[in-house]
Amino acid sequence: MSDQDETPVLEITGLRLSYYTRAGEIPAVMDFDLKIAKGESVGLVGESGCGKSTVANGIMRYMGNNGGIVGGTIKFKGRDMADMSEEEVRRLRGKDIAMIYQEPMASLNPSLTIGQQLMEVPMNHEGASEEEAHQRSFDMLSAVHIPDPQRLMDSYPHQVSGGQQQRVVIAMALLSKPALLLLDEPTTALDVTVEAGIVELIAELSKETGTSLLYISHNLGLMLEVCDRICVMYSGEVVEEGHIDSIFSWPTHPYTHGLFGCIPLPHADKNARPLTAIKGQLPLPHQRPKGCYFGPRCEFFEAGTCDQDQIPMAAVHTDDDPAHRVRCARWDVIDPKSFVPEETVKREVIPVGETVLEVKDMRKYYEVKDSSLAALFSGGEAKQVKANESISFRAGEGETVAIVGESGCGKSTFAKVLMGLETATEGEVNLSGTNLGEIAVGDRTAEQLASLQMVFQNPNDTLNPSHSIGYQIGRVIKRFGIESDPAKIQELVFKLLDTVKLPRAFATRKPRQLSGGQKQRIGIARAFAGNPKTVIADEPISALDVSVAAAVTELLMEIQREHRTTLLFISHDLSAVRYLADRVVVMYLGQIMERGATDEVFSPPYHPYTEALLSAVPIADPEVQKRRIVLEGNLPSPLNPPKGCPFSTRCPRKIGAICDDEVPPVQFAGDRHAIACHIDMEELRKVEPVITIPDRDMDAAD
Amino acid sequence: MLQLILRRIGMMILIMLVVALLLFMINEGDPRLIARSVLGPYAQADQLQLWIEQNGYDRSMFIRYFEWLGRVMTGDLGHSIIYKRPVADIFWDRLGNTGILAGVTFVIMVIVALVLGVLAGMKEGSPQDRAISVLSIATTSVPEYASAVILAGIFVFWLGWLPGTSSMTSGFNIVELILPVMVLTLYGFGYIARMTRASMAEVMTTPYIRTAVLKGLPYRHIIMKHALRNALIAPFTVIMLQINWLLSGVVVTEFAFGYKGFGALLLEAALRRDIFVIEACGIAAVFVAVFTQTIGDLGYTYLNPRIRFK
Repeated sequence: MSDQDETPVLEITGLRLSYYTRAGEIPAVMDFDLKIAKGESVGLVGESGCGKSTVANGIMRYMGNNGGIVGGTIKFKGRDMADMSEEEVRRLRGKDIAMIYQEPMASLNPSLTIGQQLMEVPMNHEGASEEEAHQRSFDMLSAVHIPDPQRLMDSYPHQVSGGQQQRVVIAMALLSKPALLLLDEPTTALDVTVEAGIVELIAELSKETGTSLLYISHNLGLMLEVCDRICVMYSGEVVEEGHIDSIFSWPTHPYTHGLFGCIPLPHADKNARPLTAIKGQLPLPHQRPKGCYFGPRCEFFEAGTCDQDQIPMAAVHTDDDPAHRVRCARWDVIDPKSFVPEETVKREVIPVGETVLEVKDMRKYYEVKDSSLAALFSGGEAKQVKANESISFRAGEGETVAIVGESGCGKSTFAKVLMGLETATEGEVNLSGTNLGEIAVGDRTAEQLASLQMVFQNPNDTLNPSHSIGYQIGRVIKRFGIESDPAKIQELVFKLLDTVKLPRAFATRKPRQLSGGQKQRIGIARAFAGNPKTVIADEPISALDVSVAAAVTELLMEIQREHRTTLLFISHDLSAVRYLADRVVVMYLGQIMERGATDEVFSPPYHPYTEALLSAVPIADPEVQKRRIVLEGNLPSPLNPPKGCPFSTRCPRKIGAICDDEVPPVQFAGDRHAIACHIDMEELRKVEPVITIPDRDMDAAD
Repeated sequence: MLQLILRRIGMMILIMLVVALLLFMINEGDPRLIARSVLGPYAQADQLQLWIEQNGYDRSMFIRYFEWLGRVMTGDLGHSIIYKRPVADIFWDRLGNTGILAGVTFVIMVIVALVLGVLAGMKEGSPQDRAISVLSIATTSVPEYASAVILAGIFVFWLGWLPGTSSMTSGFNIVELILPVMVLTLYGFGYIARMTRASMAEVMTTPYIRTAVLKGLPYRHIIMKHALRNALIAPFTVIMLQINWLLSGVVVTEFAFGYKGFGALLLEAALRRDIFVIEACGIAAVFVAVFTQTIGDLGYTYLNPRIRFK
């Protein structure tokens, strides 16, 4: 931890950063203080637009053409960076201060080999010779656990997987052993099991080199695992800071508290303890209110106190953390912890009706044409990618079934077959008695189309930018033959907007005038326009900020409850799945590894893959105990999958050659709880739970 | 890579054959029209018939097509009606002249355009960007015949530095090439420069340039090694398309300076229905178009590894 005698690696006081636009100066960060000691790891948390990335850019003095440092000082190892020349700052970058970015693919130059991009760091900063630079890059790639460094150095970025790309970016940042490492959402674009490996790697390497870390993320669970201290930012200001334990155990600022209320923690329950979204929206930088910026959204707002002057940071004395400070005028009189919003009511459990959707032994294979000359001459047969292999499950009326798995596991292919964008190679997809698996979307009747609709992942891309919201929803109503009279369509559009809790005036707006969360609500309204029996939600909240995601999740479930819709929730986010799903299907490389009721899947016996997946999900609760399992290796290529169990190449519980050679049998642990594994069921039952939740009031794991 | 080249070349040959067939059908589809243009407007109907029989034009068009194809490939381009000489005699000479003009222009134009485009795109919105952008719009919007007159006015009549015609009557003279090259460069560079600028400006905002900057690399190194190659991918196609224009679109400039080039030859032949010259010129123009596009595609895969390793 911090050492008082030593000069801090980074010391920021009163930093103010602004962007200049046509509308004038827009303050992005205000009155920002931060001190990072050698070897310390500090987190910066907040939702998008809160200014956390701007802070990182400010430290790097990389503010673009329209940004600038307006006030305050940034001292690096005691030296004020404002006194440094452009040239000195350049020498600092990449050598003393390095950065790891959110999108590893975009951060690497597509037309240079990975080796070239790594080698230029020591060659440029330390004048290393080509051989020396090559050797050091090679060693560093080995240090970040890349199995074949030479092959990787000769590759271009697009030829390697996302996890490996991020390892390359990490290697690049650590090549010159920086004193400070800035990590801007370093794992957001990665799968959870990959994330777990990367996080561990960063911790391990920074400990070795004594590098200080500044983690920037919106993921509170991740922060808990990696940081010593955190700062919570809201609308350009730090609203609360302190040691990780005190923030997580005694969140004092209403915003911090609100954030925790938005995350589906293990003890949240969609019926008994639903998520509480923070009301309102983040104010735009030029529309910030007077006094406390969080005021309009705060449940404890008091006119006269909260809307006057700028509120200073105050030390919190309720715990024994001297670093715990909060920017709230009423922190000592309010008690956010015991506050229960009026809206929150316990909801009744909806009984699951008869089976609506039944998938029987569905397979989807793609043929991959080998277009090389050799294949042309030898007439070799086309290879097959088994995107989905014998998928079977049932979903009842009003039931929520989650399909979980990492990217490339075939969950999107499955959604495509359901929607009719692809037809199944074999097997059946029965929706209310019709086999939809064989009917492509163009051949489906309006009724069939209306009965199965989808909510998409990225609301920004799924709405047509040139049509009004009302037109886009109205068109669905018309196409599905629900109504043809324009006045009645209009009425239905208004009703749908009411349903998704948006003002009716939005009907005339264009998508660009809406925020991400509002667009996703439109996406939900559009999907529900035809009164569907089943809705597929493909990662509907993963592109949204936590507080927005909570509101959208609650909305989705409310509509489902009302219409008794069957919801297929496709996600990689196990916390969200645990919170809202009734049943879970875990997929890996196109096959179902485990399926069962949510409680069954989240407690032993587990499939070893489910076990690893559960362990990889960061949980923002310091009292939850977790067993760490980090998976080695990459997802095998679907073109060349393992012969036996698809998970055999990475399985930590592999029992022997049988796993490689034979397809595992499906064993039943309970009535409808199936696990595809060679390990004996009795053995699997003996496995310790991955997550242990302390007894509070609810215990979902048991 | 080899496979790609082979496939591209195969494609190129196929396109050439098809285009040659179209060209042949349009020009030699009706034997009476050929006989008419060879024998002149006063020839009698039986003379035409006799000519058609003597020259084998009464046979099926496809047989004639393959025969013609064979002759063209062996270098026999037929006999010019106007010049009363084998087409090959005039054709290669004219093509060579335009080749020189086009080649010199191409090199100068591309260098000027890329340098200015990169300088402008490096710092979007800077004074140097604005100056270059305005300049390139201005020069591109002045048509060649206008700039030919203006430049001739300055350098020939006012300063008296350069000759006003480029007919090369006393052999090849580099000085006579200056004005046509200048006119073509002024007209053509703006387009490439603007493409390069847009592409460069876009590349400069990408995350990988940020990575390069935050790695602490010197600015020059960032531009030369990280930005340039990626920024050249988009303008590359445009550059390749310019070669087409330089071959057959330079007719205005050639006429303005009395330069004996390919464009002028094609124009004369077209006006006077000199069938065999038209055919030869047509084949040449198509060949250049297809060839540059093939080179373009191959160059593209070199610049962009993401295509190369698909």
